[in-house]
Amino acid sequence: MKIQPITDKASLKQEPAPLADAGLQREIAALFVQALNLEVAAEDIDPQAPLYGDGLGLDSIDILEIALILSKQYGIQLRANSEDNRHIFGSLGQLAQYIAAQRTK
Amino acid sequence: MAAVPLLTHSSPAAVLAWRGGFAVTAHEFLCDVRSLALRLPPARHVLNVCADRYRFAVGFAACLLGERSTLLPSTHTPGVVRQLAAFAPDTLCLTDDPRQDIDLPQFLYPDDLAAAAAPWRVPTIDADRLAAIVFTSGTTGTPLPHRKTWGRLAACVRDEAKRLKIDDGRSHALLGTVPPQHMYGFESTVLLALQSGNALIAERPFYPADVAAAIAAAPRPRVLVSTPVHLRALLAAGVELAAADLVVSATAPLGADLAAKIERRFDTALIEIYGSTETGQIASRRTAEVNAWRLWPGVHLSRSADCTFALGGHLEQRTALCDVVEPLINGEFLLHGRTADLVNIAGKRSSFAYLDHQLNAIPGVVDGAFFPGDPRGAGTTGVTRLAAAVVAPTLNAAELLAQLRERVDPAFLPRPLLLVERLPRNATGKLPYRELRLLAAKSK
Repeated sequence: MKIQPITDKASLKQEPAPLADAGLQREIAALFVQALNLEVAAEDIDPQAPLYGDGLGLDSIDILEIALILSKQYGIQLRANSEDNRHIFGSLGQLAQYIAAQRTK
Repeated sequence: MAAVPLLTHSSPAAVLAWRGGFAVTAHEFLCDVRSLALRLPPARHVLNVCADRYRFAVGFAACLLGERSTLLPSTHTPGVVRQLAAFAPDTLCLTDDPRQDIDLPQFLYPDDLAAAAAPWRVPTIDADRLAAIVFTSGTTGTPLPHRKTWGRLAACVRDEAKRLKIDDGRSHALLGTVPPQHMYGFESTVLLALQSGNALIAERPFYPADVAAAIAAAPRPRVLVSTPVHLRALLAAGVELAAADLVVSATAPLGADLAAKIERRFDTALIEIYGSTETGQIASRRTAEVNAWRLWPGVHLSRSADCTFALGGHLEQRTALCDVVEPLINGEFLLHGRTADLVNIAGKRSSFAYLDHQLNAIPGVVDGAFFPGDPRGAGTTGVTRLAAAVVAPTLNAAELLAQLRERVDPAFLPRPLLLVERLPRNATGKLPYRELRLLAAKSK
């Protein structure tokens, strides 16, 4: 299955997202490694590397698990109706930035 | 020779699909099908990868009219695409995504299929026409083709419509979270809509919030065609769920508790379907209420020493089941699990023999084996990944994974991937899973 995770258009209109602090980035990395049984230590994830394909190698089941983590931990519901999602899953750093801007808890 | 109509919608204005919230009538569908059939290049085999379920259905039907067979492999990795091209050198890829990079001659689904106002006439197709070739991974490294004739495919889903009680003349909207290229999605969204006068929904929502929105937006009566993985995610996501009029699940058995929970959340019945690529769908059950599966009318089971076979009904021949089943009286059976070699990760099927073959074919791999992962590591969606132990002194994990990615579907990539000095084979050369699991536990 080909996935093109994309999210709501509203976020395109947002003010520039606040820079996610390194702490949030580490927290997300740790959540992912634990929930997805990744073959890499949280601190070894390159914050600039793509999350799926040749980067961290996530597939559609992982993306679904991540959607659930985001809803449970940060109160964010991912949607697939904008090209923006490509950006969010572009790297851990970009994802952390998105979470920092959108989180409701 | 018997002929079976392409669709069973009783009038040209009957809805055959919903696309972006708009109805597509049976007449409009037929016009699209005829138009595409005229424009398709003359290949006899078509790999239809259209993500839009309506376009997939138009592509499939156009192939059927033009005596082309639709190829449905279990994955689109570069290795499998090469094998498809070897199987049928004239294979054409029909796609609705111009960025898609499958290495076959491509035909882009036209945006401008002329809505020529041809008269309303439903084509009939010889029951014996080879409509689809569905592949399983096999055990030797070459995908195994299973040939499906139009008559048998149609007969199978007509039985499904009766079992789901959606053949009552009302137009049911079928919303699938499964792709139309997967045998279950092919049958339960595309063929089912065509052969029971119902309407498929073109979109395939992925995120739980999108699935919830699509359910709420679908006209009633509406049917959610899904899987345990997607249903678990929906329940866990904390999204509001509108009522449905039926939920259908397949690819892996649901427990009675989870089934009851889903019934409460959607305020409707959940029917599970049992089937396989080889047999198509052959049984169903109302999981919240009964444990036994009821076979399709005319299908029955026979047993040999170590295998159960299905035959009769839409089945052309006696066909082995890949599960351990216990036949009961009155056309029912109990399902006791998979045969040892079968692998099923979120509805994607393979076998340990095939995966081991692929692993050991990688240059630099001296010895290697896949084994079932630890179910305690399953995520919220309930998926347990495979593990693998590999002896490959010249390769690192990243190199190995890159090679595997070329050969097997990402769902089967091992977590963990253990690089070891030797595999814990016993005196007869066998690899007890218990030993492999100990290895995995030690590496943590």
